[in-house]
This record gives sequence, C-alpha cells and structure tokens, in this order.
Amino acid sequence: MEPLQLIFLVTGAVTLLSALMVVVSRKMVHAALWLVMTLASVSVLFVLLNAPFLAVVQVVIYIGAIATLIIFAVMLSRRSMDDRGPQTSHRWWLAGLIALALFAAIVLLVVLHPMPTAALPGAAPTEALRQLGLALVHVDGFVLPFELASVLLLAALVGAIFVARPPDADTAGGEE
Amino acid sequence: MIADPFAWAYDQLTALLLSLGMTAVWAQTVLRLLGAAVLATVLLVSTFFLIWGERKLLARLQDRRGPNRVGPWGVFQTVADFVKLIGKEIIVPTRADKAVYLLAPLLVVLSVIGIWAVVPLAPGVVGTDLEVGVLYLVAIGAVGTLGIMLAGWSSNNKYALIGAFRSVAQLVSYEVPMVLVLLVPVILASSMSLVGIVDAQAGMWFIVMAPVAALVYLITSIAENGRAPFDLLEGESEIVAGFNIEYSALAFGMFFVAEFLHSLTIGAVVTTLFLGGWRGPGAEAYPLLGFIYFLLKTLSVWLVIVWIRGTLPRIRIDQMLGFNWKFLTPIALGILMMTALVDKMAVAAGWNRTVVLLLANAAAVGIILASVQGYARRQRRRDQAQLAPVEAAPAAVH
Repeated sequence: MEPLQLIFLVTGAVTLLSALMVVVSRKMVHAALWLVMTLASVSVLFVLLNAPFLAVVQVVIYIGAIATLIIFAVMLSRRSMDDRGPQTSHRWWLAGLIALALFAAIVLLVVLHPMPTAALPGAAPTEALRQLGLALVHVDGFVLPFELASVLLLAALVGAIFVARPPDADTAGGEE
Repeated sequence: MIADPFAWAYDQLTALLLSLGMTAVWAQTVLRLLGAAVLATVLLVSTFFLIWGERKLLARLQDRRGPNRVGPWGVFQTVADFVKLIGKEIIVPTRADKAVYLLAPLLVVLSVIGIWAVVPLAPGVVGTDLEVGVLYLVAIGAVGTLGIMLAGWSSNNKYALIGAFRSVAQLVSYEVPMVLVLLVPVILASSMSLVGIVDAQAGMWFIVMAPVAALVYLITSIAENGRAPFDLLEGESEIVAGFNIEYSALAFGMFFVAEFLHSLTIGAVVTTLFLGGWRGPGAEAYPLLGFIYFLLKTLSVWLVIVWIRGTLPRIRIDQMLGFNWKFLTPIALGILMMTALVDKMAVAAGWNRTVVLLLANAAAVGIILASVQGYARRQRRRDQAQLAPVEAAPAAVH
C-alpha cells in the first residue's frame, strides 16, 4: 500500500466520523467543533488531490471565519454549560428521507458516470494558481462576477457598521 | 558533510531505511514524519532557553539581575520551573467542558509550531514549499484564535470568557492590517511561496524596498502575540488574568510556551519575508552557513521584540482598537496600493526598483507624520475649546 492511500483512508474515515458526530453530539459547541474537524479533514483531502490553494482557503474561510462565527454565535446565544436541548425536531423522518434520497442520487451519479481514473495532473500547481488568479481579473475571465462579489462584500461591511452603530450616534454628531 | 549536514543526514537516513527493506515512497514518508517531529521537539526545547533569555534581557533593561540561582547565570531556571509545573495538578473547574478545556492549549501551541512547516531554514531545508505559504501563515493563525476562544469558553468562568472575547477582538482586528501588509512582499516577489519570497530577495532585502510594511507587520505580529505593549489580554486589575485564568500546571504551561515561542516565530517570519531569510555571503554554497545567518537574523528580530516589551507600557483597550483601525489599517491599505502602483511603474519604465520604492516609502512616512501631527493639533485645539467655558463659568455666577 502506498503512503498516500493510507493517509487518504484515514482522512476519509475521520471525515465521515466527525461529520456523523456533528449531527449526533448533544452540545452545540461540540457539534461546531466536530464541524471544524470535518472541514479540516476535507482540506487534507484537497492537499491529497494536489490542490493546496483550495486546502488553505478551506482553512482560512471555513475554520478561520465561518466556524469561528458559528462558535461565537453559540457562545453568545446559549446558556453556556447547560446546553442539552432535544436532538431532533418533529419532522426528523422527512429530513432523513431527503438525506437518503440525496445519497442515493450521488451514488447513482458515481455509478452512471465513472470517475476518470487518470493520474493526478502533473502540471506544476503554481501554474494552476497563476491561471486561477488571471481568470479572476482578466476581461475574458470572471472579472465581472469577481467585482460584483467585492461590491456585495463592501455593502455587507457598510450594513454591518450601520447595524452596529448605537442609535444615538446620529443625533450626537459622532466624534467629528 | 560539514558544509551541508541537512542533505547528508537525509541521504544517510534514506539509505538506512531502504536497507531495511522499505520502498522509496515509504522511506520518504517516514523521513517527513521524522523531520516534523524533530523540528517540533527542537522548537519546544528551545523555549527553555528563550524564556531564560527573555527574562535575563528584561532584567538587564530594568536594572535587575534576573534569574541567577539555578545553574551558571541561572540558565536552568526554566527547567526547574518546568519540573515544578509537571508536578502540579491540572485542575479542571467544576462543570467545565473537560474535552474542550484540555484541547484548547494544544490548538494554541499547534498554531505557533505549524508556522515553522513552511519557513525555509537554510537553502533547500524547508518543511514543505507550499506555493500558498503566505496564505498558510494566515490560516494557521486562525487555529490559534479558535484555541483561545475555546479556552475562555470551556473554563466556565465569566472572567475567562470576557478575557477570551477581548483577545479575539484584538487578534481579529490586528489580522486586518497584518494580512494587508503580508501582500507587499507577495507583490514584490510575485510569489506566495516563502521559498520564492526568499529567492526574490537575492538582489535586495525587502526591508529596504518596503520598510513601512515591515514595521507594520512587526507591530501587528506583536499584537497577535498579545505581548507588551499589547498585553491587555491579561489585565490583572480588570479581568484578573484573561482567558487562561482557570488553567494550571502544564495546561497553563502550554499557553506560556506558545506565547514565548511565538515571539521567536515572529522573528523567523519577519526574517523570511523582509530580511532575506537565510541569504548572506556564501550561504548558497554552504547551507550550514545559511542556517546560521537565518538564526542570527531571527534572534535579532526577537531581541527587538523583547526590547519593546521591556520599554513600552501597556495600552488601554480603546487605544488598542483606535491604533489599529484609525492608524495601522489606513497605512496598510495605502502602502499596499502604493507598492503595487510604484512597483509596476518602476518595472515598466525600467527604473531601479529599490531606489523608487525607497523614495515612495519615504514620501509615505512624510505623509503619515504630517497627518498624525495635524490630528494631534486638532485634538489639542478641541481640548482647549472644551476647557475654556469651564474657566468662564464661575465668573458668570458672581
């Protein structure tokens, strides 16, 4: 067995196990931590697929930003240590059915369209990264969606500042 | 062998593993794991001497002797402290979240040691040459923030939670200018790989081409480390000890180790990004010499960090946030845009990049100083305007 295969099997098992723990653990913060674990294992899978950029971005965005946000929200909104709410909502069977159907659809897709079994792309990942960067700013590439996303983020920033402003700041005239 | 002990050791160990009947791929994997273990262990052990050195330096700065009882010049003081920490009990508070409580210090140490995986120590000696190394530095720092937050929350203590919120506010805020100025060496080297950035500094160190960015990076790194003057994460009089208040024994020791090791790590990263990494005369022919240069540069930056710690008093939380958002962030944004524009122009027009960028940085420093002066003058005038009616008030009554 190749070392990469071993690492893949271990990572896959950890991903599945921690994904399961996200939905079965009783405490919200523990569920959030298992989610962090799942996302970290997925980033290891990206490394194994020779895509370090996606792996690092996965850690920056999902662990650094989104998971931190989730944990912050849980910490601020729940009574910290006594978090033992019910595990299921009253329509859990419907959610389970949809999940099963989705899984069946994915299995069907994999069976109908076998994955290409060619070796990993031998091209230097640096070149792939350069192409990705160019595609985002090139006129023939994705410059419009990229700029739109920037404007959207700026709007979100302004909105967040507006929401966070104390209501009397307008009447007091602020600092200036 | 003397000139390049790293390659020599690697070849010897590979030959040994191959003779044991391993395939080449497995031998490489085992050696990579071994290398990671050796690097992490050496770093953790070096913390003993870092803490001793820092205490000694701080003592000299404050006209004291520092540790001087255990061993020559007190050099084994930290070892004695460590033995004492091992002997203590790791106390888990009542109704604390035990698993998370014990996980948090490990995450914080991991985020510091993980940085060393991408730092080139000598020519050809690097844990892994990640082509998104700079982004990795940001990513691994996020894990430390997570660890601090979990430590504060899982302690089941309100002071710890407030301390953790304060820490996270500081870490997340200072990450903004830090990430912005991290892009300056990336622009100058046109590479995100730390090896690529060191290679691009063959002609000129980036501290000459981007001194303002280097300074902003150093300041934000010290803030990320949470040490003086940004050590308000442990305000004794307000939040007792901060996020780590409930931790004892080695669990507390882990936070301590992470903090002290982080200052050396800042030195290594600043060296790599701005001081040319292992580069120096003769380093390419003799990798060992390159490692010595790297070590010397790293320790010099570390010395400056300790010096700052021994010199500046702690700032208040409003000053901490104001300094970041009203001073460092605009500077970082401006410097980033200026470097991108000036560098492109210099390359296109065929000017000397170093001279042009140095002049641009000097102009930037002039603008910053002028605007700070203007701000201070306005502030003074406002203070005087507020004072004046108070003095006039008693006269009006009579």
